[in-house]
Amino acid sequence: MTVTEDRPAEQAHEIGSARRRKEDQRLITGRAKWTDNVMLPGMLHLAMVRSPFAHAKITHIDVSEAKKSRNVVTVLTGADVADEQGALPCAWPIAEDQKSQAHPSIAVDRVTFAGEIVAVVAARSADEARDAAELVDVDYEELPAVVDLKEAAADTVLAHPDLGTNKSAFWQFDSAGAGTGGSVDDAIRDAEVLIEREYRQQRLIPAYMEPRSYAVDPTGEQYVMWSSTQIPHILKLMLALTLGIPESKIRVIAQDVGGGFGGKLQVTPEEVITMLVARRTGKPCKYTDTRSESMMAGHHGRDQWQKLTLAAKRDGTVTGLKVDLLANMGAYLGLVTPGIPILGAFMFIGIYKFPAYQFNCTNIFTNLTWTDAYRGAGRPEATYAIERMMDQLAAELDMDPIEVREKNWIKHEEFPFTTVAGLEYDSGNYEAATARAKEMFGYDELRAEQKRRRESNDPVQLGIGVSTFTEMCGLAPSRVLGSLNYGAGGWEHAQVRMLPSGKVEVVTGVSPHGQGHVTAWSQIAADRLGVPFEDIEVLHGDTQVSHKGLDTYGSRSLVVGGSAVVAAADKVIERAKPIAAHLLEASVDDIEFEAGRFSVAGTDKGIGIGELALASFSAHNLPDGVEPGLDADATFDPSNFSFPHGTHLCALEIDTETGGVKMRKYVAVDDVGNIVNPLLVEGQVHGGLVQGIAQALWEEAVHDAAGTLVSASFVDYLVPTAADTISFDTDRTVTPSTSNPLGTKGVGEAGTIASTPAVVNAVVDALQPFGVSDVQMPCTPERIWKAIHGSGAGGGEPTEKGAMPHFDEDQSPNVATGTDTAQGDVR
Amino acid sequence: MRPAEFEYVAPATVEEALSALAEAGEDAKVMAGGQSLLPVLRMRLNVPSVVVDLGRIDSLRGVRDDGDAIVIGAMTTHSDVFADPLVREHALLLTKAVEQLADPQVRHRGTFGGALAHADPAGDLGAPALALDASFVIAGSGGSRTVAADDFFEDLFTTAVQDGEILTEVRVPKHTGWGAHYEKFVRVAHQWPIVAVAAAVNADGGTISEARVGLTNMGSTPLRARAVEQALVGQSATDEAVRAAAASAAEGTNPPSDLNGDADYRRHLATVLTRRAVLAAAGA
Repeated sequence: MTVTEDRPAEQAHEIGSARRRKEDQRLITGRAKWTDNVMLPGMLHLAMVRSPFAHAKITHIDVSEAKKSRNVVTVLTGADVADEQGALPCAWPIAEDQKSQAHPSIAVDRVTFAGEIVAVVAARSADEARDAAELVDVDYEELPAVVDLKEAAADTVLAHPDLGTNKSAFWQFDSAGAGTGGSVDDAIRDAEVLIEREYRQQRLIPAYMEPRSYAVDPTGEQYVMWSSTQIPHILKLMLALTLGIPESKIRVIAQDVGGGFGGKLQVTPEEVITMLVARRTGKPCKYTDTRSESMMAGHHGRDQWQKLTLAAKRDGTVTGLKVDLLANMGAYLGLVTPGIPILGAFMFIGIYKFPAYQFNCTNIFTNLTWTDAYRGAGRPEATYAIERMMDQLAAELDMDPIEVREKNWIKHEEFPFTTVAGLEYDSGNYEAATARAKEMFGYDELRAEQKRRRESNDPVQLGIGVSTFTEMCGLAPSRVLGSLNYGAGGWEHAQVRMLPSGKVEVVTGVSPHGQGHVTAWSQIAADRLGVPFEDIEVLHGDTQVSHKGLDTYGSRSLVVGGSAVVAAADKVIERAKPIAAHLLEASVDDIEFEAGRFSVAGTDKGIGIGELALASFSAHNLPDGVEPGLDADATFDPSNFSFPHGTHLCALEIDTETGGVKMRKYVAVDDVGNIVNPLLVEGQVHGGLVQGIAQALWEEAVHDAAGTLVSASFVDYLVPTAADTISFDTDRTVTPSTSNPLGTKGVGEAGTIASTPAVVNAVVDALQPFGVSDVQMPCTPERIWKAIHGSGAGGGEPTEKGAMPHFDEDQSPNVATGTDTAQGDVR
Repeated sequence: MRPAEFEYVAPATVEEALSALAEAGEDAKVMAGGQSLLPVLRMRLNVPSVVVDLGRIDSLRGVRDDGDAIVIGAMTTHSDVFADPLVREHALLLTKAVEQLADPQVRHRGTFGGALAHADPAGDLGAPALALDASFVIAGSGGSRTVAADDFFEDLFTTAVQDGEILTEVRVPKHTGWGAHYEKFVRVAHQWPIVAVAAAVNADGGTISEARVGLTNMGSTPLRARAVEQALVGQSATDEAVRAAAASAAEGTNPPSDLNGDADYRRHLATVLTRRAVLAAAGA
């Protein structure tokens, strides 16, 4: 059998071809395997009872009525599991003296955010579990709740009174202290121009399409957990550590996962509880979020106040940047909560050559849902701040915003470049991406139109926003993570299995949840091994198959995980060479490998890799001392981060009569290094753009003064659809990364990081004639209109009004009212 | 979310539906297209013992010509109303409003009568129905009665339809030849309007002889902007004249304040959107 012979010549290079996703046929024909589809004999269904209060003492819980409810098997409160539930993990303490609050899966005597679990019901059906949960009677004694981030920083009301403060930790980077640059205070003292701004990064909700879902089967030798998680490997370890179950007794399976965006980079209370109830009852158990539970109790993202001071010369040269952050942790420290703002610490300087830089971050507790990773995680916040500031500097100096950037960015011939934040940017070409973007955008024409509209006092004004971003991706060099006190490494694992029939299994330690890894990994392995794309099966997400790995987040999968596939495939070839030499009766040194065929140099003798796989499997004629099989394992630990960059330009029209925003044109020229599959890259860019634009214009998690989530459904939390966006104009420049064998940089977060400041810069640019220098995100029509009419202090007034009512709660004859509803259900 | 348990009845006639409602008493809920009721049930904001589904009552579907009015069956879906030639010819304002209602899924499931009976002040059909002087035919155990649009919308989610009654059809006086426009202001397409204005204008040679203006989400019910209507009579359909008339659009309104805007912002929007709606309706 020579599988390579049938290979069409035009597929000689899989890498770079716009393969359609292997995954899609199954997904779009309804054959996906979601966690909620797991059905096992005797399975119990769980429903959570959640606190309606942001901060309260639990004085009594009466579960007697719930226990009597039809087909209820058990009801557990925090007190019932206090001795066995452990504390949920935080793997990234950022300071030695970091203050933290033990994080129980079920609150025992105090709830600290609205939505925290106080009891769990297990019943024979999900409906019966929900019905019984409504009957759990909880008495609360309300405590003062701290909701506002700045108020929390003042320590007047404490989220956790026993800690004595809301300040969890302080983290600083100072270029003078680190020896990477000068003193920022000197730069500020000597500044010819000083721009001081304060920006709000509103709280966002990771609106993955599949709500969180978990199932546990305790009936075998191991606990098997199905989880809609991004991190099956980390989850396995953390469940073992949290519950004291030997790690070898846990198997985690993340089969199809419907989106995560960082929102499923977590070890959740619901996962631990599902495991606990399964262990207690000895029966398979399943829990699936309702949408409102996902929105209220799944971790949130962003939520910072950013104070920025930028020093510059009058010619536009930047001389220093000082950043003071307040970062809202919410009520607890989740898996990597404290480190999220720190991921931004290295990125506030963007692509610019600041000679002095200081970053100060204070992590603050509030009585809100805890925050953690959300697409970009720390880097969108940083990029937003610097890209807004560069536009403000340009406005202050009456310079073109691109010109002021050009004056300060790292020139392409200056790479590799060590920044004032201490990172070495390996490659990039900001000039090329910007030139291409300007050309596609029609920059000069749009500026001319803007001028005309301004001069004629057109009720529709045009704004142009610029964002020349970079980000650090490919998380991450293990040593760097160690130096930041992160709890794990950043390597990735892959295994290539050569099956006797010539087919190939690629096992990967990353855990796809929508990205298209199966397709891209097939392309990489096909090229490397010279086997057809179709003959490659990519296996992932089951810790018994993929026994080690560090999962998917931080635009790491291709850069780190893809590189591991390359390394494993190369090992297969090296393993095969002695066998090929033996069978071809040649010296190993004379064996060459190309396009799936081992041949003897200078002869026409050769053997296909499939034939060789069979020969090595049958093992009838192997050289002495050579083991059967060609399979190989490899891990890849990057030597550096990768630094995708790009230039995004946004033009939008503002209806000054209403404050309404209409996007005119959006150009994204990204440099993500070498590209394995342009179609997948395009998909990531488009999705990322919409998510970032949504932060600029639409999305915000709003709480009332009591800490109740007001925007708790898609009626009020405005996730855009295709109807709300325009066709994007995208292109790419390519400067390969030098820190991985594929030369790739990562693309999962780029669009999200770049687009938010591009859009807000465009909004503010449009409003320049009205003397507006900021509009708080999301830039709602009301905020824009108020900014124009000077009644809203830059349109920055806090959003704390109620949700729009659309359902007739009041007139229903038998609706449960008052505390009865609050106990059982989440509003 | 998961609704609590309820009994489900799907009668084939209005009479059967009425007796099912009578039997169930005040714990019953009528379901039309279910686009508002199902979320309510799933969130357990309402826990009815019986749901009476009107989906199998064929006589409640369709549009017919009835002399000086067209009659729209309560169970006619939004997409059918949109496609209906009688509606387009005689009540263009409804065609324009229903075109922008929610999203295609909702328009194919949701019903004309269901949306009006739900009486969400941010719903897209109340203001046009009010502006066109529609009347509402309500069936009860004692027979049918007809309620004028001005008396139909009583309060937030409250109409003249009483427990045990069913809205069966809506009579819309013919406004043949009138121009119409529904100006809706939203942040994202699938959202309920922050404010919307429904305008129908009878204009002849650029002069407005009659105008009807309805306001969406400017109070606890849909509202008529009568001051604007009166100010428009005899005016030419110019930006200046309409702007002056539209300035009083928010008179007597009591708009809500919510995440999308406070009451003052909505009052301002009402004047801008009224001007735009009237000008568009007048073909200016």
